[in-house]
Amino acid sequence: MNKRGFLYRTFDLYYEGFKSMRLGRTLWAIILIKLFIIFAVLKVFFFPDFLKTHAGDDKAGYVATELVDRATE
Amino acid sequence: MFNQLILSIDADTIDWSRAQFALTAIYHWLFVPLTLGLAVIMGIMETCYYRTKDQFWKDTAIFWQKLFGINFAMGVATGIILEFEFGTNWSNYSWFVGDIFGAPLAVEGIVAFFMESTFVAVMFFGWKKVSPGFHLASTWLTGLGATISAWWILVANAWMQYPVGCEFNPDTMRNEMVSFAEVALSPFAVSKFCHTVTSAWIIGGIFCVGVCCWYLMKKRDTKMAIESMKIGAMVGLVASVLAAATGHKSAQDVAAVQPMKLAAMEALYDGGNDIGLKIVEGIEVPYALSFMATNDFHGYVPGVNDILNGYTTSDGKVEPSVDEKIERGKKAITALAAYRAAKYESSDDGSIAAAHLKVLQDNMQYFGYGYIKDKNDVVPPIAVNFWAFRVMVGVGCLFIAFFALILAMLYRWPKFLFGKRDITALPAWHYWIAILLIPLGYIASESGWLVAEFGRQPWTIQDMLPTWAAVSDLQSSSVIITFFLFLILFSTMLAVEINIMLKQIKKGPQL
Repeated sequence: MNKRGFLYRTFDLYYEGFKSMRLGRTLWAIILIKLFIIFAVLKVFFFPDFLKTHAGDDKAGYVATELVDRATE
Repeated sequence: MFNQLILSIDADTIDWSRAQFALTAIYHWLFVPLTLGLAVIMGIMETCYYRTKDQFWKDTAIFWQKLFGINFAMGVATGIILEFEFGTNWSNYSWFVGDIFGAPLAVEGIVAFFMESTFVAVMFFGWKKVSPGFHLASTWLTGLGATISAWWILVANAWMQYPVGCEFNPDTMRNEMVSFAEVALSPFAVSKFCHTVTSAWIIGGIFCVGVCCWYLMKKRDTKMAIESMKIGAMVGLVASVLAAATGHKSAQDVAAVQPMKLAAMEALYDGGNDIGLKIVEGIEVPYALSFMATNDFHGYVPGVNDILNGYTTSDGKVEPSVDEKIERGKKAITALAAYRAAKYESSDDGSIAAAHLKVLQDNMQYFGYGYIKDKNDVVPPIAVNFWAFRVMVGVGCLFIAFFALILAMLYRWPKFLFGKRDITALPAWHYWIAILLIPLGYIASESGWLVAEFGRQPWTIQDMLPTWAAVSDLQSSSVIITFFLFLILFSTMLAVEINIMLKQIKKGPQL
């Protein structure tokens, strides 16, 4: 293996870097927990794509109806 | 304010959606300024190491990079939640502006974020792996990546305040970008970017000085504290002066394109020429507001009532009353409905649709006013704007004096005042003032955003779409649930970050 090659040196940078982390491990744990909560819990259960679920294929028509109706007296 | 709405939208949905967005944005903005500010400070420190090859500077830079890393990690992905809210709580808005908003956010994600995340890895992992020059470049490029991110986000926000470079397409119901340059280089965006970034550098400076004062108070790591404080205070002073200058430019832009926001910031009900700048009610600097808004001590500045009732600008342009704008807005919305109906009418040869399209285009400038039932609905919360503006400017001025004082004490100049004062031997309460200025800096920084966003109300896009037209037709209960979920989640994460940060500060640099 060419240990002077760019790909190996890049791999080595990350490998050695992650291996020698101390504070970084705590921070990474926090990041991963946070990303899980945000994408797997909040996005899935609390933040659906509103137009996808309510408007179907005709999003323009749905929004047009919404915007016109909200101005109606 | 929402009683006169005749629609199925729960009025609570609007307010809770706004509150949720405000909570998320305020929380996100706790991390961004320190990232941008510490990026400059750690870049300067590593530059000192590169130039001197002194191990002291390397250890000092590594210490501040650790604090940068803690803040960076805690701030990661906090902005993503805002984009979730666009899609769920503000779906009409998202569709209406998606073509414009999507571009800067996409560029931000692809270019800036990848740049930042690539070079931050080299910065943390690469001390023994890359050359000192490449490592130094990586440190600066990490900060540059974060700053470029800020550019694109602020381009998007600036467009909400001053929509340019777009044309409304009634077939797709979207504002479509006709000039990327006009959007990306909008003068409003440029001013906003310069002011926001320099204000973030202030946060970096005040954080650095505050932490260093803690070390001086504890009588430990004195050399690191003194040398770091010199850099922090210098960055803070330069940033404070630049923030004042760029803030002045930003205020002039607001005077030009969001006169109601300026009137609210100043609680100016009846405008005119020769308008003074209020410090607080009853105390004002004569002619100063006229000069600040128009570069003319006798310039005309409209007040809330002038904007509501119509006025003539200093260059002779007649600004219609809000009632007239409401009429034109209703024409635009009616024409939109008629145009779309005619498009689907098989008997129309296109001429009827074209006629309605012409009416829509002629009145599109006031489209959002078609949703206004009472002209007073276009007045933003004056008390919030007035006091938030004063907190921001007052603390900003305080910081100019504070950083200048710190530098004077560090360099013992002028000698007759500071020659005999030893900054390492002050009473504890002196250092506590500097430490307590850290949260005050954040309060000032958030106050600036309160002015920007409260001053924009009721518009999600200035003059185009008020909040009650932009919000999704959701049950308020779902928004309330996620609001309190965020409150718990954010409070927990903030407590964790502060805990980790304090532990690392107590541990100190490994010199």
